[in-house]
Amino acid sequence: MSEKEIKNLEEIFEQRIARDEKIEPKDWMPEKYRKTHIRQISQHAHSEIVGMLPEGNWITRAPSLRRKVALLAKVQDEAGHGLYLYSACETLGISRDELYEQLHTGKAKYSSIFNYPTITWADIGAIGWLVDGAAIINQVPLCSTSYGPYARAMIRVCKEESFHQRQGYEIMIKLAKGSPEQKEMAQDALNRWWWPSLMMLGPTDAESVHTEQSMKWKLKRKTNDELRQQFIDQTVPQADLIGLTMPDPDLKWNEETGHYDFGDIDWDEFWQVVKGHGPCNEERLSARVNAWEEGEWVRDAAMAYAKKQEEKKLKKAI
Amino acid sequence: MMKNENLVHYIYGIADNALILGQRLSELCGHGPSLETDIALTNMALDLLGQTRSYYQYAAQLLGDGKTEDDIAYLRIERQYKNVLLVEQPNKHFGYVITRQFFYDVFHLLLLQELQNSKDETLSAIAKKGIKEVSYHQRFSSDWMKRLGDGTEESRKKTQEAINDLWKFTDELFHMTEDDKQVFEAEIGVDVTTLKQLYNQRVKEVLEEATLTIPEIKWFQKGGKQGIHSEHMGYLLSDLQYMQRTYPNMKW
Repeated sequence: MSEKEIKNLEEIFEQRIARDEKIEPKDWMPEKYRKTHIRQISQHAHSEIVGMLPEGNWITRAPSLRRKVALLAKVQDEAGHGLYLYSACETLGISRDELYEQLHTGKAKYSSIFNYPTITWADIGAIGWLVDGAAIINQVPLCSTSYGPYARAMIRVCKEESFHQRQGYEIMIKLAKGSPEQKEMAQDALNRWWWPSLMMLGPTDAESVHTEQSMKWKLKRKTNDELRQQFIDQTVPQADLIGLTMPDPDLKWNEETGHYDFGDIDWDEFWQVVKGHGPCNEERLSARVNAWEEGEWVRDAAMAYAKKQEEKKLKKAI
Repeated sequence: MMKNENLVHYIYGIADNALILGQRLSELCGHGPSLETDIALTNMALDLLGQTRSYYQYAAQLLGDGKTEDDIAYLRIERQYKNVLLVEQPNKHFGYVITRQFFYDVFHLLLLQELQNSKDETLSAIAKKGIKEVSYHQRFSSDWMKRLGDGTEESRKKTQEAINDLWKFTDELFHMTEDDKQVFEAEIGVDVTTLKQLYNQRVKEVLEEATLTIPEIKWFQKGGKQGIHSEHMGYLLSDLQYMQRTYPNMKW
């Protein structure tokens, strides 16, 4: 294809996006669009799968049967999200094995928040409330993103996430209204998860390298700072309502702007965790690698069996 | 004459199997060999824990002393759990997980198919609902026995090893306790001794197709139904009961 032809295709492509048309797997797309989408969708899929681990940590110790079943179902939903996001990503011409390889070798990233430990039951409430809450704010705009398979996957994901968020908040309500020990457990979890949740919405706009291009492709509809503000404005009243305090002395309502002002985020911590120095980076990655390696003989067996069955069928047909 | 206590213990006998197997399966959530198997094993754990809740809620109602499903699940001592030894065996590898599941599923389905005819309406209803779920469990575990048995040399070896280790726990499934006998006499419970022949036949059929064999053993292990468990059980319970023991009398 000549440069002129490519330029022409690019123009048509950009116009389609401007008209809010969906781009489908078989449509022509610029290589950079394809790569950016593989990066973002796979990062999202990996986050779902790695995100199963901190919460999975409490399934066997959940405090009641009702909570155990709900948590198990939630973590299973995350596996389901991983499954449809990997499938969406595969439509861009990359295999699931390649995607796993990128995760296992550290080439692909996942949401840094999952590198923090879940040390009490209240962490399960805090994750549902804050982490899923921040995820929804990030994800709702993606339901109308330009790449069709991703947008459709996100519609399903968002429905389930908002259920998870309510479930998490409900755990926190119960704790906040419970015994002094329970209330303390809830406050402690909020203290530990609040700042990492704010970081989840991404680096500040000034530092964000992908924002401009992503806005153009509708892979992003609001900037990180706008999303963060939205999350804070939405979450602070929820904490007030159940008598918990945000661990930020600078947090206060600003009549003029109609938003909450908040204190400085420790971006050094964020970048350290991104670079692999969070409290659980090694555990999370090695749990995934182990599951994959220990499962190899099982996957091989399934393949070998399927092949044998296929051969048997062929023989019968002859 | 059957007493209320006999019926409660009978229910524990069935429900504790579901609880403990559900607990074992839930340890695997997030660590399966593929996303698809992870989701399927979690589904089975959810079914089993759902059944557990129905049984315990009914037992709590029969006890009538204010105890809840959670008191029954979390606040008994090890000797009071009546599950068979099979279900508490650890997740040594996927071959063990599937073999344990298969050995239990075949029994479980036979049991529920009889229990649905119980004169006790609640137990009959729980059994009817469970049959749909457990039929799927049996299909899943049977299919995997075949894949693992007739897959690669390594998978056959590993799965045969699991069978050799776990078969000795299957005979206990067909033992009748004093409570079981009383509840059977009252036409509420099932005489599990009558299920053994069909069980052996079904297991054999699947294993044959899977090119696997049942080991020749003369001595079977028992004890779970009397509350005498393996050393694995204490650790399982210390996870299960951790919150309820550390923070007594609280609502979650």
